Amino acid sequence: MSQKILLNAKEIEIILHRLACQLLEKHLDFSETVLVGIQPRGVFLADRIQKILKENYGLPDVKVGKLDITFYRDDFRRSDKPLEANKTKIEFLVEDKRVVFIDDVLYTGRSIRAALTAIQSFGRPKEIELLTLIDRRFSRHLPIQSDYNGRQVDAINEERVLVNWTENASEDSVYLVKK
Amino acid sequence: MSELSVNHLLGIKYLKAEDIDLIFKTADHFKEVINRPIKKVPSLRDITIANLFFENSTRTRLSFELAEKRLSADIVNFSAASSSVKKGETLIDTVNNILSMKVDMVVMRHPNPGAAVFLSQHVDAKIINAGDGAHEHPTQALLDSYSIREKLGDVKGKKVVIVGDILHSRVALSNIFALQLQGAEVKVCGPKTLIPKHIEELGVEVETNLIKALEWCDVANMLRVQNERMDMTYFPSTREYTQQYGVNKKILNQLGKEIVIMHPGPINRGVEITSDVADSKNAIILDQVENGVAIRMAVIYLLASKI
Repeated sequence: MSQKILLNAKEIEIILHRLACQLLEKHLDFSETVLVGIQPRGVFLADRIQKILKENYGLPDVKVGKLDITFYRDDFRRSDKPLEANKTKIEFLVEDKRVVFIDDVLYTGRSIRAALTAIQSFGRPKEIELLTLIDRRFSRHLPIQSDYNGRQVDAINEERVLVNWTENASEDSVYLVKK
Repeated sequence: MSELSVNHLLGIKYLKAEDIDLIFKTADHFKEVINRPIKKVPSLRDITIANLFFENSTRTRLSFELAEKRLSADIVNFSAASSSVKKGETLIDTVNNILSMKVDMVVMRHPNPGAAVFLSQHVDAKIINAGDGAHEHPTQALLDSYSIREKLGDVKGKKVVIVGDILHSRVALSNIFALQLQGAEVKVCGPKTLIPKHIEELGVEVETNLIKALEWCDVANMLRVQNERMDMTYFPSTREYTQQYGVNKKILNQLGKEIVIMHPGPINRGVEITSDVADSKNAIILDQVENGVAIRMAVIYLLASKI
């Protein structure tokens, strides 16, 4: 197994600020907007974006939820083990809200497909956008693209993009891992 | 652990402590799901489940049906009263006929102990035991323990007394297995005639004095007197049973501590517990019913992933 670094902590920092600014440009005061991190790994990114909006742009009340998509996935019974669920925590209705899904890597698009179904359990959003840190180009199975994206990556199927956060690993970094 | 160690849910005695942990962890997620504005997930949309009830049931059957529907499974219902069983068909024939219509899972209640185990050895489908005679009722025991865990934080180290008709109760046996597996202490309490001989061999103590039992326990699980299963007279009269083993508010107030009151339903109000106890804040009877759906969703989900 070999790995190549794609982004280091400094680069991630810059990208996160840019993504926050792009969100700000469109959503201004976030009064009608909610951020929804996709479990398990999109949650870290959502929390970081929230933190930047709070500390750098004076928006202390941006709402952030966590959405688990396990029960909505289309590969139930196609893997050997039961799919293990994570916590869903959405303490607001998304009815008529502008929802921004946040996930670390956009790959086949199937997670986002599941998330689009899952969010319907919490109301009918006015619109849904997608923010990702890494977009793996040319690997989509479904017609899904992100609206805000950190970095595009060309990776072949045997490779994996690994995103580390200080919250779950020792550092902020993105690696391309060859199996 | 992310997978059950069993392929069917036939009884608690076949489970390991880790299985119960996994079921509870999964049920936590489903409990959140059933409290959403839209209470349904599409996980099991390609699974078909048959509910075979060879014995009457309202709560368990409804609870299973809701659990299946909230997982988006297709379901067929069957009750013995309106079926070919009356015409002399055997259990295996009945079930194999249903399975020929491509059913993946069977939820069965049957008056004969061991019916679920027997079926699991002879047909090719996942079996969930929804009560077999006076043997086991595993989902009830799971939801009881889950409700204790929710109310008191943990099952381990808690003292639970099961009061009433232990002899005819599948709920009692499954509860004893489940509680002991999780490290709780269990006593049973009731008239001698309604306590099975040799029950001490299971590691439970017998207490015939209700007040002593309640003073000892953290949780009292009050069972119903199952008149329909009684082939002879086990106690002189219902009135005398109530005087000896019925819980009322006065008794609870005299205890000098708060205990949790559970009941698997249906309640005979005024017999095993009075109305003011059933409706008091000590009682978690309706929480048990709510948790029943989450627990059954978890069990079905975890077994379905093995199909």
